[in-house]
Amino acid sequence: MSSVSAPSPTNQPSETTSHISSYPKFIGRSLWLATEGSLGFYAWMTMLTALFLVGANAWANQVAGGMIGTNMTDQVSWGLYIANFTFMVGLAAGGVMMVIPAYLYHDRKMHDVVIIGELLAIAAIVMCLMFVVADLGRPDRFWHLLPGIGKFNFPISMLTWDVIVLNGYLLLNLHICGYLLYMRFLGRKPNPVWYIPFVMVSIVWAISIHTVTAFLYCGLGGRPFWNTALLAPRFLASAFVSGPAFIIVAMVLIKRLAGVGGLDQPIATLTKIIRVTILVNLLMVASELFTEFYTGGSHVSAAKYLFFGLHGKTALVPWTWTAIGLNVTAALLFLWPGLLQFRWRPLLVAACCMAFVGAWIEKGMGLIIPGFVPSTLHEIVEYVPSQLEWKVTVGIWAFGLMIFTIAIKTALPTLKHPAEH
Amino acid sequence: MTDKPSLPVVENFSRRAAVKGAFATLGAGAFVAAVSPLRQAAKNSSAAEFMQTHYTELSPEQKADVISRLEAEAKEKYDADVTIADDRPIAGTKFVYAINLSVCNGNGKCVEACHKENNHDRDTNQSYIRVLEMPKGTMDMEKGSTTYSGAVPKDDKFYLPVQCQQCDEPPCVDVCPVKATWKEEDGIVVVDYNWCIGCRYCEAACPYHARRFNWKKPEVPADEVNPNQSYLSNRIRPVGVVEKCTYCLHRTRRGQLPACLEACPTGARVFGNILDPNSNIRWILENKRVYILKEELGTKPAFFYYFD
Repeated sequence: MSSVSAPSPTNQPSETTSHISSYPKFIGRSLWLATEGSLGFYAWMTMLTALFLVGANAWANQVAGGMIGTNMTDQVSWGLYIANFTFMVGLAAGGVMMVIPAYLYHDRKMHDVVIIGELLAIAAIVMCLMFVVADLGRPDRFWHLLPGIGKFNFPISMLTWDVIVLNGYLLLNLHICGYLLYMRFLGRKPNPVWYIPFVMVSIVWAISIHTVTAFLYCGLGGRPFWNTALLAPRFLASAFVSGPAFIIVAMVLIKRLAGVGGLDQPIATLTKIIRVTILVNLLMVASELFTEFYTGGSHVSAAKYLFFGLHGKTALVPWTWTAIGLNVTAALLFLWPGLLQFRWRPLLVAACCMAFVGAWIEKGMGLIIPGFVPSTLHEIVEYVPSQLEWKVTVGIWAFGLMIFTIAIKTALPTLKHPAEH
Repeated sequence: MTDKPSLPVVENFSRRAAVKGAFATLGAGAFVAAVSPLRQAAKNSSAAEFMQTHYTELSPEQKADVISRLEAEAKEKYDADVTIADDRPIAGTKFVYAINLSVCNGNGKCVEACHKENNHDRDTNQSYIRVLEMPKGTMDMEKGSTTYSGAVPKDDKFYLPVQCQQCDEPPCVDVCPVKATWKEEDGIVVVDYNWCIGCRYCEAACPYHARRFNWKKPEVPADEVNPNQSYLSNRIRPVGVVEKCTYCLHRTRRGQLPACLEACPTGARVFGNILDPNSNIRWILENKRVYILKEELGTKPAFFYYFD
């Protein structure tokens, strides 16, 4: 491992210059680096900015005109936003599948690039918070949720737990990434005391964010489709598919576009992780379906609606079978040993994309909507997202990808020339 | 792009910095333009509304200010002269409702009365009550229909009106992240419409489809506005918040009956104070074979059904 980028001594805070002057320098330097790039990079960022602006405009219209602009109803009172929120929590937690090998099993190659997973967590959590705000009828009253000045219904409301764990996870990852990058900028060796304990906490915390998010739904007795003890484990299993799948694709791109080396072994490790998690997830889905359909009764109505339609209403059927097709195909591809061979890299990327989209449908539209159909009075009111909802959703995804791109750019020197072990 | 963390050469820096600064300014400008509809939304809500604290924390003076502000808003936005009271529970009262399903014939007068009494949005024909038309011989709501039409009652059907059950263990109250909804001493579950953030978690938690969200600003013609209002019940709700049946507390806490009961032509509805041993409702609960909806969920409704 080479270490060519020995930082110039000017960045070292001497006896006289403190962090007060060097930290803003670090931020400025990072911003500068993050906005440097090829024509393709500028085109990518311009496209994301444009999409984000479309989303911001749609959201502003939603706030001004009321949520009547969405296709949600009193029967299906959560839709595309909460579906995406749930999925993004999983993506944020999925990054931990890099952290565990890197820090618990001292996988050196993984350790060199583990920051990709932590940066993904930051971008994903920011998106989660944006999706929640987009779903609020009164975003102007957001301060009612702040502990201290608002009225925080802790510990009774699971939503307050979610506020705590999501923001905590964001802060943890901001600290870990910020500290490591800053030390790198100063040319100092990071002091383990300042980040290893936080990394260990973040591993447990990653599990907690998705568990708490599952508890939001599975604790509701009036919604039989969600009221299952398997929900939290299922959430985790699919998170450990979608997270690593996204990171593999990101790594393939980072290698090709930025020439970062040393990524092949981490890609192989993550592929092996998905091999297991994708099967665990499918097993749990099968177990859930058996319990539903073999038991029968009115408990199974939502599952029937999801898979086959109910009383001629079939809006979710194409979504769910697409998800099953993608998940099963991806699982078969991951099981094939040849997928790790270098010449099959495009196929690996394709398998990751399938697993990612499959999990997005399964955990989003395929999980949130059937919780509401049939309604608690057994009305069947269908839901298809409105154009406004799609615009806001695309806008938030664009913003998240912008954060991720900028974060990766900032970390490129570290990725290209990892510190000596 | 350089890997060296040292700062780039100055002349190059200033030119590129100027270009980047220009694009950043352009982006910020475009963002301000994109979210400009928010200015419209800001016009509709005052600073006083934004700063208002939780209902239970308002001092008597603050409460009076809030109420006069809301009355002025009703005049300004709906051209209606309304009186908003702050009806509090009466000591020794626990309100309970019962419906005689042998008598209810599904005429829907209660639905309509609720709509008018509670100043519901006219476009969406909102109401806190839904009536299920159920085939005789089953209690499975799956077999019922809320969208029935034609002459009622039909011979092979019975009718099941459902509204807020004012549960003693209300899941909707537990899930609210900001304590915008709570159960009062007389058993009525209320919402502070000026505190609710509109997350709709309570709508997901309620097993009885009792809660409604204001997807748009409610529209009620000035001459149709019910001016007899209360802060926690039928005052015209702001957009983006959740609302629900309050057993017409602006009536019942003043000794009147709920609007749905008064409108019912069949006499199927019985309402009263369960703590009063001589009340009609007490007699029914003691002598009829009553049941509650979704008992297995443990929500302990204060709303009962019975057959003769």
